[in-house]
Amino acid sequence: MTTVRFYTPLAIVILIWQVFAMGSVTAGFMPEDMLPTPTQVIAGMWHLALGGDLAYHVGVSVYRQMAGFLLAAVVGVSIGIGMAHFQWVKTTIEPLVRITYPLPKSALIPMLILVFGIGHNSKIFAVFLGCLLPVVLSAYNGTRGVESQLVWSARSLGTGSIRMLWKVYFAAALPEILSGLRIALAISYTLLISSELLISRAGVGYLIQTFGEAGEYPRMFAGVFIISLIGFATDRLYVNLMNWLLRWREQEA
Amino acid sequence: MTARAPSGLLASLPGFGKRFGSIIVLFVVWEAVAQFNLVDPFLLPALSDILGLSVTEFIQGDLGQLVLNTLYRTVAGFLIAAVVGAAIGTAMAVSNKVRWFCEPIVSFMFPIPKIAFLPIFVLWFGFFDATKIIMAAVACVVTIISATYLGTRGIDKYLLWSARALGTKPHKLFWNIIIPAALPPIITGLQIAFPICLIVSIVAEMATGEQGLGGYMMYHQGLGSSDKMYLGIICAGVIGYTLIEGLSWLRRRLLSWHTESVVTV
Repeated sequence: MTTVRFYTPLAIVILIWQVFAMGSVTAGFMPEDMLPTPTQVIAGMWHLALGGDLAYHVGVSVYRQMAGFLLAAVVGVSIGIGMAHFQWVKTTIEPLVRITYPLPKSALIPMLILVFGIGHNSKIFAVFLGCLLPVVLSAYNGTRGVESQLVWSARSLGTGSIRMLWKVYFAAALPEILSGLRIALAISYTLLISSELLISRAGVGYLIQTFGEAGEYPRMFAGVFIISLIGFATDRLYVNLMNWLLRWREQEA
Repeated sequence: MTARAPSGLLASLPGFGKRFGSIIVLFVVWEAVAQFNLVDPFLLPALSDILGLSVTEFIQGDLGQLVLNTLYRTVAGFLIAAVVGAAIGTAMAVSNKVRWFCEPIVSFMFPIPKIAFLPIFVLWFGFFDATKIIMAAVACVVTIISATYLGTRGIDKYLLWSARALGTKPHKLFWNIIIPAALPPIITGLQIAFPICLIVSIVAEMATGEQGLGGYMMYHQGLGSSDKMYLGIICAGVIGYTLIEGLSWLRRRLLSWHTESVVTV
């Protein structure tokens, strides 16, 4: 109930949009196609869902996003913890992070298409490269910031080095890693849709681009809002997962 | 004794090796791989060829102009987002009504991929500068709003009360207390938002194919002149580096009084 009340202003915006779109078309202020009403957009979503293609394209997009994101999570956390533990890893990786950080990862999309073709792999790699650095940096900062008292006590109680890595370093760095992953999650969708809009044969980005070119604007808007809702829902799910994983921390606060 | 006083250049070598060693190794390996044709030169042209190309592209071609176009669109979009975002964020922290209205919208907009709106903006604003600037602004405004809001909300109440109790006039309160206190979180928001702004403005140029760095890269990718495409990537990196360093410089400059500038390295 509180959630519904919280989102009331969003409903107001949609209502204003409906009235404005209907009004501007009848007043001849805007051509009819330029601004579909929310009801037309919902009808567009409905038609897409009935057509059967929607599930396929959503599936393709979600697969690419998850594959790239999870790959970046595993590789990034490993590199980050490695950098915090081993001087040689840090000496090797840090300069590379420094020069690749300012590069807008979307600039790599044409290269990835050249190397991996226009199928899944170029999109998965775009997502992977976009997500990698935020994850590396958050894992590195999180692990580096582990209190030495925790490490000393665990060691004096006879914790082995592998258990140490998992139970002490990873657990203590978890809050920071999880917030880095949330940033990566937002970036993952940006790069996914970017690479799908530019060159692809499937996915929600492809759908939006195709409907736009065909002039089927209610469906194009429907595609845009579908991917927005997916991005929003993923973030909500992630925040819930994060709170659940960190439930042991609440006692501290 | 002379061994203890090495020349300046040698003294800086270990630190230099630590800071740039792996970058140099990477470049050398890249160059070697390309020179010995271990990888198809179409997929990975030699670094030296790309750099040699940059001379002709910048002097004879119009790459310089394209870079400036990209820079202009990105910075214009970013500045619009900075002004609008800082204003809305501060208003949310000050007024309950604004917060009631904006908070759900911001929390909905925050995680969604704003780049998906590009075809809609193309439909409304055409293929030219307006679309790219608006796209860049929309992509980063929400981040700036939420950073500003969270920052200004946390302004020390005692600071405001003391200033008021000492008889500070409202406009002075704004300029001397609220603005300085809100500046650090606003600049943090700008620093987080900027990379997204650049990512999106490059994609907008790629998609609309207009005079700009993104259009240049897509054009040459389509033609199969991969060396020019790589040159475009390097230019994008240089733009990113310059602007990110510029923001850190701005931060140091504006916040020289702030405790963080003493603490951070």
